[in-house]
Amino acid sequence: MTVLTTPDLRADEQDVRFRTDAVGALFVREWRVFKRVWCSLVFGSVVEPIVYLLAFGYGFGALVADVAGLPYLDFMATGAAGIGVLFTGFFPGLIDGYFRRKENHLYGGLLSTPITVAELVTGEALWTGVRAAGTAAVTLTVAALFGVGLAPTVVLAPVIGLVGGFGFACLGAIFAARLKSTHQFTFVIAGFVVPMFAVAGSFVPLETAPAWLRWPAQLNPVTHVVELFRAVAFAQTSVGSWMVSLAVLLGFTALAWWVAVRQLSRAMTA
Amino acid sequence: MPSSAAIRLAGVLKRFGDVTALDGLDLVVPRGVCFGLLGPNGAGKSTLMSLLTGATVPDAGTIEVLGLPLPARSRAVRAGLGLVPQLDNLDGEITCRDNLDVFARLYGVPRAERAAAVQAGLELARLTDKADAFVEQLSGGMRRRLLIARGLLHRPELVLLDEPTVGLDPQIRQELWQTIGAVRQTGATVVLTTHYIEEAERLCDTVAVVHHGRLLTSGSPTELIVRHVRSAEVVEVHGDAARRDSVTRDARAVGIASRPAGTSVALFTDGEAHDAHGLPDGLAELIRRGVRRPANLEDVFVSLTGAVL
Repeated sequence: MTVLTTPDLRADEQDVRFRTDAVGALFVREWRVFKRVWCSLVFGSVVEPIVYLLAFGYGFGALVADVAGLPYLDFMATGAAGIGVLFTGFFPGLIDGYFRRKENHLYGGLLSTPITVAELVTGEALWTGVRAAGTAAVTLTVAALFGVGLAPTVVLAPVIGLVGGFGFACLGAIFAARLKSTHQFTFVIAGFVVPMFAVAGSFVPLETAPAWLRWPAQLNPVTHVVELFRAVAFAQTSVGSWMVSLAVLLGFTALAWWVAVRQLSRAMTA
Repeated sequence: MPSSAAIRLAGVLKRFGDVTALDGLDLVVPRGVCFGLLGPNGAGKSTLMSLLTGATVPDAGTIEVLGLPLPARSRAVRAGLGLVPQLDNLDGEITCRDNLDVFARLYGVPRAERAAAVQAGLELARLTDKADAFVEQLSGGMRRRLLIARGLLHRPELVLLDEPTVGLDPQIRQELWQTIGAVRQTGATVVLTTHYIEEAERLCDTVAVVHHGRLLTSGSPTELIVRHVRSAEVVEVHGDAARRDSVTRDARAVGIASRPAGTSVALFTDGEAHDAHGLPDGLAELIRRGVRRPANLEDVFVSLTGAVL
């Protein structure tokens, strides 16, 4: 080997250009890992909605009639898709993010190459978003097999899963960049994940919740992911309503990305 | 550009809380050399390495790498630089080949050259047989070689090796020296940190001695020995603490410098030059019966700092 090609080091635009090829490289890395462990990941994506549908749909559903104008099974199946996106997005962001920064130092290695923290966060969140899109698709497919009637617009569900999963991955990455030890996972799960899971109109309707709980629920991005799933799955939602949900979701995702980039930059620079 | 130094630091100060890691460090590394940073643990060597990739930002002073200012041009610097970290941060979830492939992509190696770069990396690391093994199946020496190969995929102009052989047994260390020798053949500027004297002496054209975040001296190993030991050979006299103290005192009285060397005291004399001036009988006898060996960088280091590597 000899020193041959050197990039033009004086090109200043090199420093600020967003390298999509770097995002692609991180995507390739995740794909190589996925090819090795897909079995357990797909198992989770399939079994989780089945358990929800059996336990809530048949168990709880026997006690209630229609909820928010939907048969309970339809209501909770779309709720399960939203929860699936939350979990598939948030936990890799939090857990992988933490271990790659602090335990196996993968981020240190990646950032010694000419990539930026923004590209790193984007690459990982994009991959997680794709997985969340897959979870949404699998959950709604399982729901259809359980007899949930879906409108043709349901083909848009993976797009919602992608955007939501990207945002939740970034939210997880924010905590991952800040945590000092694995013990603090408990705070994050009890303080953020469980409330986001519970107060999202996923399994229990928000209409019957007290007013003080409805307001924070409207700030919960999971609520809007679930609303959007219902909009595309049943094509009954008013345009104004799903546009608000879409705006909140996009706003959340953009903000989470921006904060994640800032927090990880701070964590990786001494 | 070619006339500029590979690395230029001026007055670099870096504090972590109350600890001053680098205390106004000035350093110039010319292009094309193998440059060794020698110092004990905590001397500031790793902080310096981390400053050179832009991962750490100095509190004061200026840093220029490959002619570009840091941290402003950090990405462009990283494009021309290969870092081999002290801490093993190989990707345990993918194979050896994939480790190299992903990093070749991240370094921006053009698609047409990527497969060849990965193959060359596997050959340099002598891991062609293990290309499809996962990193956790490799021995410590293999992992270190893969880590070195990973930092060279994009044919960097500057290679930083942070404690490349720390914690490895002597046989594997010798193997790695061969690998580092191969890196030098690429024509790249090599900067390595070490606290192993032999490593610095064998591999480096120029050695800088760093202590408490400051540069104490720099030059070729031979120059440093001439400048600071002033004798091609030293004589080690073995004995208990009281005896070592008395030998040190007697030697100093006749102008012979010395330094502590574990259970011995090393006298910076080959015996003959001083003998001409007539040494006290006892000391002459000790020098005659002591263990004679070539002066080394450890003598330089300990006599400069009073500290042990």
